Amino acid sequence: MSADTLSVPVGLDLRAAEAIAPELSPAQLVWRRFRRHRMALAGAVGLVLLMVYIVGGSLVIPESASNAGSLRERLQPPTADHWFGTDSIGRDVFTRIIYGGQISIVIGVLAVVLEVTLGTLIGGFAAYYGGWVDAVLMRFTEAMLAIPSLFLLIVLSKFLSNDIPTVELWGRTFSGSVVIVIVVIGCTSWMYLARIVRANVLSLRELDYVSASRALGASHGRIFFSHLVPNTIAPIIVSATLGLAQAVITEAYVSFLGLGVQPPTATWGNMMDQSLSFIQRGVWWMWTFPSLLIVLTILSINLLGDGLRDALDPRTAKHLG
Amino acid sequence: MWSYIVRRLVQALFILFIITAVCFLLTRLSSDPMAQYATRQNMTAADRMALRARLGLDQPLPVQYVKWLGLALQGNLGESFFSHQKVSLLISQRLPMTLILMTTAEIFIVIISLFLGIVSAIKQYSLTDNLITSFSFIGYSMPIFFIALGLILIFAVKFKLWGLPYFPTGADVWNFKDPLAMVWHLVLPVTCLVAIQVAGYSRFLRSSILEVLGQDYVRTARAKGLMERAVLYKHAMRNAALPFVTILGLDIPFLLGGALVTESVFAWPGMGRLFWEYAQRGDFPVVNGVLLVVSGAVVFFTIVTDVAYTFIDPRIRLS
Repeated sequence: MSADTLSVPVGLDLRAAEAIAPELSPAQLVWRRFRRHRMALAGAVGLVLLMVYIVGGSLVIPESASNAGSLRERLQPPTADHWFGTDSIGRDVFTRIIYGGQISIVIGVLAVVLEVTLGTLIGGFAAYYGGWVDAVLMRFTEAMLAIPSLFLLIVLSKFLSNDIPTVELWGRTFSGSVVIVIVVIGCTSWMYLARIVRANVLSLRELDYVSASRALGASHGRIFFSHLVPNTIAPIIVSATLGLAQAVITEAYVSFLGLGVQPPTATWGNMMDQSLSFIQRGVWWMWTFPSLLIVLTILSINLLGDGLRDALDPRTAKHLG
Repeated sequence: MWSYIVRRLVQALFILFIITAVCFLLTRLSSDPMAQYATRQNMTAADRMALRARLGLDQPLPVQYVKWLGLALQGNLGESFFSHQKVSLLISQRLPMTLILMTTAEIFIVIISLFLGIVSAIKQYSLTDNLITSFSFIGYSMPIFFIALGLILIFAVKFKLWGLPYFPTGADVWNFKDPLAMVWHLVLPVTCLVAIQVAGYSRFLRSSILEVLGQDYVRTARAKGLMERAVLYKHAMRNAALPFVTILGLDIPFLLGGALVTESVFAWPGMGRLFWEYAQRGDFPVVNGVLLVVSGAVVFFTIVTDVAYTFIDPRIRLS
């Protein structure tokens, strides 16, 4: 044990190895570190399996099957016909997980896009302009952080859900609540990213190349978007990955509370919400399978995110494990 | 030091102002409290106007906000539109129940995550460590309602079926004054909260212990022949515990808000459920009251934690 901790930290070994092999590009170095991270690879494999199920599945089973069911077959435990059983109005849970999962993932990805945009702009502007802009934006960030996020989610989704049109996309009809959930999750999750970006930009804007660029007459917008933002891309990618896991789980919470995506559009969250009233009868398949899928997704994304963080930032490599 | 505290307090007031303004606007614009009267036959349009005027809903929003804020500053949070009880009374009824649930959970969380964090740090990369790490990764990725539903299915529904002593689900009515019933009703929700929270804390503790164990002063302590136990508990843990205490301190005020999902699933009459029940009906005095109490506590505890930290850790100088 003591011999273990007294030896040279692993991080130093890696850097030494990289110094010997200078012909590798930064991207190749990142890929090499990522490949060595077994848990991250496990996460990637988990995500591929998930995609095979929810994307591949939709090629085999049509969408109409996810909303069709006969009441005679309601609440059936898993059988050969219905691998994951049927729900309270006889719809096949296996099929609903496929189409529900697609919605959950799309919501997660779009919410993260919104989160990253808001976080980068707010954190970046605060740091770049400094002074009272910084003070106001950061107090706003702290204010949003002080409200428990689920409370904020509920208030915001009540606010937005007054009247909801339906949306037509890819030949399918979605409840407009999908858009609301995306906005709500995006608007309540950007705060940590804003702080990270701010801290990064604060140190970057003092560097010589930024002064040089300014001396050459570059506009604020150019300095901001082509010099400062690209240099904070590593923490942004990591936060976005971990944020995706958070967004998928948040969608599940919001829908579980009945505020999220409205039926008949299935998501993993509202499938669980619908199963709540049948738990007294010992119905387990309606919520176990969507939950397991949620856990698998979040776990894979989290593992991947951890691997990315260690790969993109060699300084944390010694925390591997 | 004092100027720092004063500056933080001024900032805190500003933050609270933003919080109340955001919450007030969102809740006020999100739902019309009059909507529930829309279908009443025996209520004329004139009656409705009169009621709006009586509740103060006919005034412009900024005026409503300033009035609400003025009363809130005097400790008057108004009264619920539906139950006509004072908001402060509703909160004071629910707060103790939330504190019972969350404090119990928090005690177990701290003890268990300390234990797991220390074990997996000193046995780094062993089978035990890998098991703990794997489980905490899974726990970290799990929505709390999955555990909640699973526990209900097994320990409430199935145990009842099998004739074993079973735990209550959210559906039953019980006497909040009976301590034994209280403990019995606490078991499942506390288990849920602990299972979810321990995952994050123990991983955090593990990495901060490992970081400290790699430092020179720990090597010195070992080199001068101290027992491993003394090195760990007298030297390493003191510094490793600092960041742990900090995140704990920052999380404590959120306990006041309770655990919304857990309280809803297990029908625990706490703050989270109070908020949820009244938010669904658009009863904004209650919603704003709960938000103000919880986020006020968060802002206050953040300052307390920051200031306390400078006393605990002399390396930190406030600028």
